Amino acid sequence: MSFWKKIKQKGWLWGMLAGLAFLGIGAVGGQFTVIWRKAVMICLECIGIG
Amino acid sequence: MVSGEQMGKIRLAVQLLFTIFTNGYAYGFLGGKIYQGQLKYACVPGLNCYSCPGAIASCPMGALQALLNQKGFTIPFGMLGIFFIFGSLLGRFVCGWLCPFGLVQDLLYKIPIFRKRKRLPFHGILKYGKYAVLVLLVLAGSAFLFGGLAKTPAFCKYLCPSGTLFGALPLLRANEQLREQIGGLFYWKLGILLLILVASIKIFRPFCQYLCPLGAIYGWFNHFSLVQIHWEKDRCISCGTCEKACPVSLSTEEISCSPECIRCGKCVEACPEKCLHFLGKSTRAKKTR
Repeated sequence: MSFWKKIKQKGWLWGMLAGLAFLGIGAVGGQFTVIWRKAVMICLECIGIG
Repeated sequence: MVSGEQMGKIRLAVQLLFTIFTNGYAYGFLGGKIYQGQLKYACVPGLNCYSCPGAIASCPMGALQALLNQKGFTIPFGMLGIFFIFGSLLGRFVCGWLCPFGLVQDLLYKIPIFRKRKRLPFHGILKYGKYAVLVLLVLAGSAFLFGGLAKTPAFCKYLCPSGTLFGALPLLRANEQLREQIGGLFYWKLGILLLILVASIKIFRPFCQYLCPLGAIYGWFNHFSLVQIHWEKDRCISCGTCEKACPVSLSTEEISCSPECIRCGKCVEACPEKCLHFLGKSTRAKKTR
């Protein structure tokens, strides 16, 4: 089996690793704090008021 | 290996349990308030409004827009991470098994009052609607098209029916202060919700097929996600039963790899030869594409 076929078959694994890397970058940059701050207030736009 | 007639019941049970689990903050429903704990640093995989009184975690679409709504331009790495992890593992299995709004549409489709249709006319064009929603409302819309300097989560504000159903209606029922602020925007969103709910009785998951930006994202991962529906071509007798059973009318070749496949498992359930299955020996390498 060619190298590229093997790489493609393990696409999910590469995707997972990329995801973990992105997650880490986002966490270090404080992005989850931004999300938390938004999520703990009632989102008036979401409910069609704001 | 999971296959056979139990698949539909298992899926319904998983959908119900996951919806109840991720919306388990019962106090919120009683008091018209939302959960404000640490779990909201995390996101659920499916469309689940974080303003639902019961929601214990964040909605990935709302979270993505919250990042895009920041001052200046931000690459939303945190949410890319969430999408890559859920997508690489599950693909649109999330839509078929873990999305609360998908469950609502599934239940409505079971109501035996209209002659059922799997898709709308012009499906070939309309299925790209979800990509348009992703680009125009979620990405460009939230980043700069709507709201001017005070950016706004355009998808949540103007379209998301899940927010109206799981967020607005329970909150407004229990919270008088919010009820007093209802205006035209709420009725616009209520209209969209009603339209989608009524359409769901006749058409299989119209929101998922034509409008959901989360489905557009996870659909891309369907090509290589870990959870796949494997097709043993050698054993297939080409009877077409799986194609008839597929609620989104995919061909045998397209099943699983297509961005439209929500891995509902109806093809697995229907196959008389049991040559389609979720887990087991992978035969993808043998498939002719």
